[in-house]
Amino acid sequence: MDVSLSVRRFNPDASRPEPYFQEYGIQVEKSATVLDALIKIREEVDGTLTLRCSCRSAICGSCAMRVNGQAALACNTKVVDAVEQAGGSVVVEPAGNLEVIKDLVVDFQPFWGKVRDVEPWLQTAGPEPEQEYIAPNEDMLHLAGVMSCIMCGACVSDCTVLEVDPNFLGPAALAKAYRFVGDPRDDANAGRLSNLNEYGGVWDCTRCMQCVEACPKGVDPMGRIMALRDRAMEAGFTNSHGARHAEAFTESVEHSGRVDELRLPIKSKGGIFNVPEMLKLVPVGLRAQMKGKRPPIIHRKNPGQHNVRRIFEKVEDKR
Amino acid sequence: MYDHDVLVIGAGLAGMRAALTARENGVDVAVVTKVHPVRSHSNAAQGGINAALTDRGDAWEDHAFDTIKGSDYLADQDAVEVMCREAGNEVIAMEHMGVIFNRDEDGRLGTRAFGGQRQARTFFVADFTGQALLHVLYEQVMKAGVRVYEEWFVLSLIVRDGECGGAVLMDIRTGGIHVVRAKAVIVATGGLGRVFEPSTNALICTGDGMALTYRAGAPLMDMEMVQYHPTTLAGSGVLITEGARGEGAHLLNAEGERFMERYAPNMMELASRDVVSRSEQTEIDEGRGVNGGVLLDCRHLGEKTIRERLSQILEIARDFAGVDIFTQPIPIRPGMHYQMGGVKTDVDGLTPLAGLYAAGEAACVSVHGGNRLGANSLLDTLVFGRRSGQHASDRAKSTAYLDVDDSAAGSDRQQVRDMLEHDDGGDTFASIRRDLGEAMNRHLAVFRSQAGMEEALAILGELKERYSRVRVADKGKTFNTNLIFTLELGFMLDCAETIIMGALERRESRGAHTRTDMPERDDETWLKHIVIAKGPEAPSVEYQPITITQWEPQARSY
Ligand SMILES: Cc1cc2nc3c(=O)[nH]c(=O)nc-3n(C[C@H](O)[C@H](O)[C@H](O)COP(=O)(O)OP(=O)(O)OC[C@H]3O[C@@H](n4cnc5c(N)ncnc54)[C@H](O)[C@@H]3O)c2cc1C
Ligand code: FES
Repeated sequence: MDVSLSVRRFNPDASRPEPYFQEYGIQVEKSATVLDALIKIREEVDGTLTLRCSCRSAICGSCAMRVNGQAALACNTKVVDAVEQAGGSVVVEPAGNLEVIKDLVVDFQPFWGKVRDVEPWLQTAGPEPEQEYIAPNEDMLHLAGVMSCIMCGACVSDCTVLEVDPNFLGPAALAKAYRFVGDPRDDANAGRLSNLNEYGGVWDCTRCMQCVEACPKGVDPMGRIMALRDRAMEAGFTNSHGARHAEAFTESVEHSGRVDELRLPIKSKGGIFNVPEMLKLVPVGLRAQMKGKRPPIIHRKNPGQHNVRRIFEKVEDKR
Repeated sequence: MYDHDVLVIGAGLAGMRAALTARENGVDVAVVTKVHPVRSHSNAAQGGINAALTDRGDAWEDHAFDTIKGSDYLADQDAVEVMCREAGNEVIAMEHMGVIFNRDEDGRLGTRAFGGQRQARTFFVADFTGQALLHVLYEQVMKAGVRVYEEWFVLSLIVRDGECGGAVLMDIRTGGIHVVRAKAVIVATGGLGRVFEPSTNALICTGDGMALTYRAGAPLMDMEMVQYHPTTLAGSGVLITEGARGEGAHLLNAEGERFMERYAPNMMELASRDVVSRSEQTEIDEGRGVNGGVLLDCRHLGEKTIRERLSQILEIARDFAGVDIFTQPIPIRPGMHYQMGGVKTDVDGLTPLAGLYAAGEAACVSVHGGNRLGANSLLDTLVFGRRSGQHASDRAKSTAYLDVDDSAAGSDRQQVRDMLEHDDGGDTFASIRRDLGEAMNRHLAVFRSQAGMEEALAILGELKERYSRVRVADKGKTFNTNLIFTLELGFMLDCAETIIMGALERRESRGAHTRTDMPERDDETWLKHIVIAKGPEAPSVEYQPITITQWEPQARSY
């Protein structure tokens, strides 16, 4: 079938390097992937088109890019589907949140730097057993779900936090961190969780779900970040903005059946006596006041509060 | 110019295992790789890794016998003994480093059955064993702080008076060409799958290390032994792991018959790969195929087994063949998969050139002989990766750098400049590579003949001529992949030449090398390796006796 692709190009060797879109019209088999189409272009139409790819079977993690605006592996995205979604020319761009080197090739150095920051290697205490560590198969299979991450960077490409805050460790590195926190053989949990509790760590995720959508391997990075939050709270790391926010939120709902929006930020920021943090809240409060969104000073209980309480008791039982 | 005690070329399992061992041995190590380490082709290994663990009632001798029988008695038995003896420790070491492995009910490492073996001794991580091993080794490389020249491409090895003293590298990102001096160099560049089209191998498997070594003067061995895997997707050539048959999947022909009953009544679908691929090809050639292939049936395995143990197959069949394996059989056919031959080494990875070592698929120790058993390659990469790392670093401790300076890169710089400047017509790499792959797949596949191989050799001559006038489309410096592909094609042509020459030389049928015109195995004359070295004009062919320790060659049946 005839398809057209609109590829975002960038040639750093040009005299005045500027990104631009280039249209390519080619013929491909119905079963072709976007990668097949790109390879066909670079082999038969335009040998300067540059991208990374190797395995063609969604395992090496080389070919993450944006197809019609969303991160995907080119090698497991069917051209027919992409054409249908685009309703015309398939738009192919480099992965987001990483600097472009050339055409569809982006710089992965910062990506790997963040992975390294979570100390992604097994850390065990005490002497190694003579044979293997004994570990339940379910625990291992559970980890297999995270370990199937191929480090393609699709999640990082579409992460909305990274777009505004490059300090965020990001979904891939945090999922990798979870792989060790969840490993029954690893003994470094306290240190790991403490680090992840810092600025840039688990509490900076806004739960936008983009990483879950983007992941081609079903790793569910956001779910792993949430699991890390739980682990951090359980391990007693309650003294971060995010953790206090979660605690205050729960406390408020448990006691009154609804969120006390006035006191929540105050508690999250460490209380009324944390003067610098309180001053930062003033403009937020003023803006809310102006837009008529200031929360009521007197916080009223939800009439069905006892039902909410029962939900809490049920959940506590289940833990 | 850079200096390192040990330079490892390749960051697959063999390369990273070698690097870690050398590092532990206290020397300065660097790894160079043309793709990021975790993008290496080792990540594609699905099925698992073999080891006979004595506490499971298995014995390394049994593993060794299965390997030797599988090799059609061409493997060197001393090398096989080393590999099988050290297998258990290697698997346990990987577990200690962090590999998860599927477990049994007691929480110990679990096994699955694989072809050509009488025991279930394949350890695995779902069906992404290679990826699991590769990522863990990379974690260890990060932890150890090993210097990685990531996305750097090796252009040539530096040899002075029969000793290897480093390599010439191109930084793909900048196009700059540099010299790295080293007291020992380990070639761990993996296989050459793309010499054939189609192949289960990744696009980066272009035989670079074999050709680099060959050009540097060290010989290649067993190059005629090319494995066709029995189950590759009929359309795209993507691999379906032997683990599927290990879990009980059946092979069916057009009549719905489990045809392996007629070829290997005992082992059926789990006979060794050369046997199963030949059986399939015979069914297809005799008209009992389905669209040029046969069928792999997983339907009776049940949802739990498929989801827990073959999850990737479920995805691959769906994404790449549009097949739902719960309800439909998968159309498959034999496809080029593995190169048993490679750089000739001893059991410590040393080649006949001092200071030059090789390990993994690029090397030929020889533990696979005429046919590799499934799940023995990952083992080979780790055991001989470690051994070569050990010996290369020992050597580095007791030798000095050769007298090499930046001028060693001169001829590579010139060659690259010429290639980029040449612009009076000529083909680009893509058409030459396609013609090469098709010719190899037509004439050096499951069944071979004198006439076919001679034709392949003639085609190769024409392709080399076209290559001498090859045109590089991209003239830029930064990340010029077009240039890289063109350089790789040069390596591929050298590899193809040695494969065809070896195959023409071996006038019998053994393992994966089956000649329709000489169908019998001939132990009298051909129980020996074919060793090919690059001569000043034409390549030279020599023979090397095989080592037999305790298993006398027998007729082979499954
Ligand atoms: C689809 C598939 C499934 C498989 N499944 C199994 C299995 O279940 N069990 C099993 O035992 N075996 C299996 N195999 C075989 C096994 O995976 C490979 O033989 C093995 O992983 C090779 O490892 P390696 O370390 O030798 O090379 P690779 O992992 O291929 O690594 C080669 C390295 O060399 C580098 N390199 C190459 N050329 C250059 C150059 N010019 N400059 C710089 N760097 C270079 C590459 O960047 C890469 O890092 C499978 C193979 C395939 C194709
Ligand atoms: S090419 Fe390997 S993931 Fe797409």
